[in-house]
Amino acid sequence: MAVRAAGQIAGICHLYRSSSLGGFRTLSQNVSSSKHTPSNETTVDHLIYTPEHFALKESIKKIIDQEINPHVDQWEAEGKFPAHRIFKILGNAGILGVNKPVEYGGLGLDFSYSVAVSEELGNIRCGGIPMAIGVQTDMATPALARFGSHELKTEFLLPSILGDKVACLGVSEVGAGSDVSSIMTKAVREGDEYVINGGKMWTTNGTQADWMCLLANTSDGPPHRNKSLICLPMDLPGVHIARQIDKMGMRSSDTAEVFFDDVRVPSKNVIGQEGMGFTYQMLQFQEERLWAVANTLTTMDIVIQETIDYTRQRKIFKMPVLHHQTVHFRLAELQTEVELLRSLLHRATALFIKGNDVTKLASMAKLKAGRLARELGDSCLQYWGGMGFTNDVLVSRFYRDSRLISIGGGADEVMLGIICKYMDTLPK
Amino acid sequence: MSGRVLVGVKRVIDYAVKIRVKPDHSGVVTEGVKHSMNPFCEIAVEEAVKMKEKKLIKEVVAVSCGPQQVQETIRTALAMGADRGIHVEVSAKEYESLGPLQVSKILAALAKKEEAQLIILGKQAIDGDCNQTGQMTAALLDWPQGTFASEVTLEGGHVKVVREIDGGLETIKINTPAVLTADLRLNTPRYATLPNIMKAKKKKIANVKPADLGVELASKLQVLRVDAPPQREAGVKVESVADLVAKLKEAGTI
Repeated sequence: MAVRAAGQIAGICHLYRSSSLGGFRTLSQNVSSSKHTPSNETTVDHLIYTPEHFALKESIKKIIDQEINPHVDQWEAEGKFPAHRIFKILGNAGILGVNKPVEYGGLGLDFSYSVAVSEELGNIRCGGIPMAIGVQTDMATPALARFGSHELKTEFLLPSILGDKVACLGVSEVGAGSDVSSIMTKAVREGDEYVINGGKMWTTNGTQADWMCLLANTSDGPPHRNKSLICLPMDLPGVHIARQIDKMGMRSSDTAEVFFDDVRVPSKNVIGQEGMGFTYQMLQFQEERLWAVANTLTTMDIVIQETIDYTRQRKIFKMPVLHHQTVHFRLAELQTEVELLRSLLHRATALFIKGNDVTKLASMAKLKAGRLARELGDSCLQYWGGMGFTNDVLVSRFYRDSRLISIGGGADEVMLGIICKYMDTLPK
Repeated sequence: MSGRVLVGVKRVIDYAVKIRVKPDHSGVVTEGVKHSMNPFCEIAVEEAVKMKEKKLIKEVVAVSCGPQQVQETIRTALAMGADRGIHVEVSAKEYESLGPLQVSKILAALAKKEEAQLIILGKQAIDGDCNQTGQMTAALLDWPQGTFASEVTLEGGHVKVVREIDGGLETIKINTPAVLTADLRLNTPRYATLPNIMKAKKKKIANVKPADLGVELASKLQVLRVDAPPQREAGVKVESVADLVAKLKEAGTI
């Protein structure tokens, strides 16, 4: 019978492709149960995506299924994923420079392609690796791409886009997170060098990075105008990786605390104009935040779908957990909120690629993403019961990983402050 | 020799999707379901593109038969490195009854028109599992065939094909022009990189109708009914080999 044989061939292809779709290792699945693939988007009538976007997503999905997902559990346990290897694979596929200039190995496409990449990366079965990729593509490199000299771009941007060099972002410090303007790291000019002293915290990719996009104070003056972005090679004398931080979640992403002890860097390594560093970094916040939202949406779809599949076959009081109204109604509420957030993301992206400022919408989306992820993780984990409390399932990893969204990349409270500014409700 | 290779690609339901039978048992649900290129067709495209990269052949032409949507599949082939595409347009209604015999006739006609040196197909599609199109196409053209290929080597006017057969591996040498069908271990298909996806937008897909090729699509086969396989029953645990043998005898299987 064609239907059964197709399943056999599909089975062989599963072994061949080492696909981890479904991801249940402890459950048997009902072959004839109906299943919708989480995002049933089609090319027709999509708000921002063309067939090329969907073709790109397909390629990324294949890379994730073959090169990344089979190893996630191991990398989570080890506390680190092989950034150079994975970034090289992604670089070869053209994924790391989607909206970067063509002259430096990028594709010069608009931000909707970055959003498509981010959405597809949400298929990775952890939050750490997409976050690490996001730092490489949309946090450590945008200012360099926009304002860096040709020499700087050739030395740092081109290899980062090709996947040959791993980048990290040095902005947050032990004493300064949300309050970026209060960072203490100093870069003092001496001849044609800067001498850097200080330290950075929460440095994603920090233990593996070849270079850091560093924000430091380069003069005394108003705190928003005395900082510069500097391309800092991580192998310079005086750069100390003090420790890899042991985190509650995002465990496959290595996060470092870094110290600078009289590190000397050529003054030509400043990106753009001295004193403009704070402004440059602020300019890319819209993209960073929309990128984070895109990622989370896909993973939330997957968590809902896996919860449906689990509760459909798990029985309590003689019937599937899913058949209890509180369960399927709650999942419907959560899916509704996911779709609302998706609409906000696509609307903000559509406006952004036309040249509009979407700071308010991007801040709203980031705020909602962090909060919805926490609600969704919590509600879904409850329905998994005891199994949800183990480390063998995606929902518990998502619960841990997604807690960061409300904290990093602009805390919820910062987002609220921005929205209030636009609503003109802040005390004057 | 023209140095032109024709590769047939089929758009099928994605291998990871759980298939559902339509309530009227006339077929499987395809509406709103994820489709992709048949995995064996991907392997066929990869083999052709590798031959071109080794400069053994000059041009790779991707062909697909079906309604408008199959153009997506042709584009995937173009993004993998095929040079141009041919979309043989078949209406959705006619597509329901399109089978290996009709497709073979189309491919045979195209091969003659394009003066192809080789036709490379996947050994079978994961929906129909027919494993007939390659063989029928070769027969219609009176060309040699190298099916279930796990290794292909072009040598002058011949092809050396290592075939996966029940007993192991068989190596044959056939003249070109020939038809080859790709088996699982022939190669590992490449990912379509984003630069190639964007370049593929500019590559041409020609539109052709079966009538233009002198092919009649009427099928003599009719699908009466489609059913899902029976649900897997729970298994039984046995304590020893003797128990196992007894149970198998009881069930009448030995």
